[in-house]
Amino acid sequence: MSLYFKYLLILFKSQMQYRTSFWLLSIGQFFIPFSIFAGLYFLFERFGQIKGWEFFEVALCFAVIHMAFSLSECFARGFDTFSSLIIKGDFDRVLVRPRSTFLQVLGSKFEFTRIGRLLQSAIVLIWALNNLPIEWSILKALTLFFMITSGVLIFTGIYMLAATMCFWTVQGLEVANIFTDGGREMAQYPLNIYQKWVARFFTYVIPFGTVNYLPLLFILGKTKGDEILYMLTPLAGSLFILPCFLVWQFGVRHYRSTGS
Amino acid sequence: MIKLDSITKSFKVAKRSTGLLQATKALFYREHTIVEALNDISFTINPGEIVGYIGPNGAGKSTTIKIMSGILVPDGGKCSIMGFTPWKNRVEYVKNIGVVFGQRSQLWWDVPVIDSFELLKDIYNVPTQEYKKTLDLLIETLELKDIINSPVRQLSLGQRMRCEIAASLIHNPQILFLDEPTIGLDAVSKIAVRQFIKTINQEKGVTVVLTTHDMNDIEALANRVILIGKGSLLYDGKLEELRKRFGTHKTITADYRKNTISIDIPGTTILHWTPEHAVLSIDTEQILTSDVITQLSNKVDLIDVTIESQPIEDIIVQLYKEFKI
Repeated sequence: MSLYFKYLLILFKSQMQYRTSFWLLSIGQFFIPFSIFAGLYFLFERFGQIKGWEFFEVALCFAVIHMAFSLSECFARGFDTFSSLIIKGDFDRVLVRPRSTFLQVLGSKFEFTRIGRLLQSAIVLIWALNNLPIEWSILKALTLFFMITSGVLIFTGIYMLAATMCFWTVQGLEVANIFTDGGREMAQYPLNIYQKWVARFFTYVIPFGTVNYLPLLFILGKTKGDEILYMLTPLAGSLFILPCFLVWQFGVRHYRSTGS
Repeated sequence: MIKLDSITKSFKVAKRSTGLLQATKALFYREHTIVEALNDISFTINPGEIVGYIGPNGAGKSTTIKIMSGILVPDGGKCSIMGFTPWKNRVEYVKNIGVVFGQRSQLWWDVPVIDSFELLKDIYNVPTQEYKKTLDLLIETLELKDIINSPVRQLSLGQRMRCEIAASLIHNPQILFLDEPTIGLDAVSKIAVRQFIKTINQEKGVTVVLTTHDMNDIEALANRVILIGKGSLLYDGKLEELRKRFGTHKTITADYRKNTISIDIPGTTILHWTPEHAVLSIDTEQILTSDVITQLSNKVDLIDVTIESQPIEDIIVQLYKEFKI
């Protein structure tokens, strides 16, 4: 873990070599979700509510998934841009160092400019929380925290799956964007506004639903049935990364036997 | 120290075909050909040796280095390096080796070199005291003092290569694999790099395996060469032996007073001739060099003679031809 922070530090130093570009990109990253959020705002302005969901409730949903996304893009960028590591042949270097490939790939790149995006979603989060009549408890605060961390783990898992595909083909990885960008866009609204199968897909296959929709019901006090179950869903969702990890290991083994 | 026993490795390569129809077909189904990258490679390297591993492009040099450094798993054969099988126990094994890929950098591009070294110290878990000692030695012998605080992107290729080699030695490995360490370097940097490789070999007893296309590297460093071509081992032995066995030609350049009679001497071929100057190639298996000079001086009024052994490069080219690789 301490090594991860050392990787973080050296790449932060590198990033600071290009300050102007850092600021410009960060500002850009601030405005991308800002425009999406503006769209959401005007939608509610016009229709008032969607399937019983108020504006601030959906804003909370939006904030959680966007925070998770920006954090994962910052800290798991190594897997997100893994194809460049393969193309340049730098993955061989990873293999001759006595550390796990997971840690080294994670430490190979960080995208600090996502701070802009993170800031934007944090503002939305605070704004939404201030305007929602939630009775706070430690459990609810913890749940919110786990929602974001599990979200990061799920996005990281998807990046890992996409990265693993690089061992077979370097091109055609846009497929993964369906799940990262697409998943993010879908999950910024509560899942019950969609068709059943969409909701199911994002609950049981790629469990974005477990990091915002389901636990949000608990935080907002909208649950029917056992509260604990809703509260624990983010933890269940975070298990998504385990099979991704195994698939990654399998990919590494394949790489070492084919060298392609 | 290093023992390879009938290592084989083949790659599946997709057949690329021309034409739109074929290309469309390839989207769904691809024909593959099996390329034998390594075929029954065996050799043993003892501690403290410097071995030059040579062969033309695509001969399988890099594949062998990758297998020996644990990156690739071979299809068959055994390999034991310091008691480890490189591709098993990867993490434990790679602590003991240093690898330099001449064409790729292992340093962090935008930060001072010293920062990269510090991070490598942490990656390899080198104790601080040992690290300081090694670093001092490296700075001194590779003359890194003035460049260690500059970002890598500002270094010249020669300076960078010195840092690359230093970086691969931070953890005091006992074996060093160098894949084309002098590629693209100017003469001064080449000599500095060679000198350093020699130093760490002699003073620390590091075993070195290096691949290169520059035969001067081999001549300056390696007393043993392993030649491979098309995946097969062709020669393993001393460089001197190689020269004796295959370097059977010498070149004589003679200047003489104006003379128009032919200087045809059996066992030689005329490479170039003018009335005042001639270049002859001698086949030393047919005629002694001294005899050629005697005969020459009988025929013409010699002013100056230079004799050159066949450059090692030519021998290698000849060898490649002979083995049809």
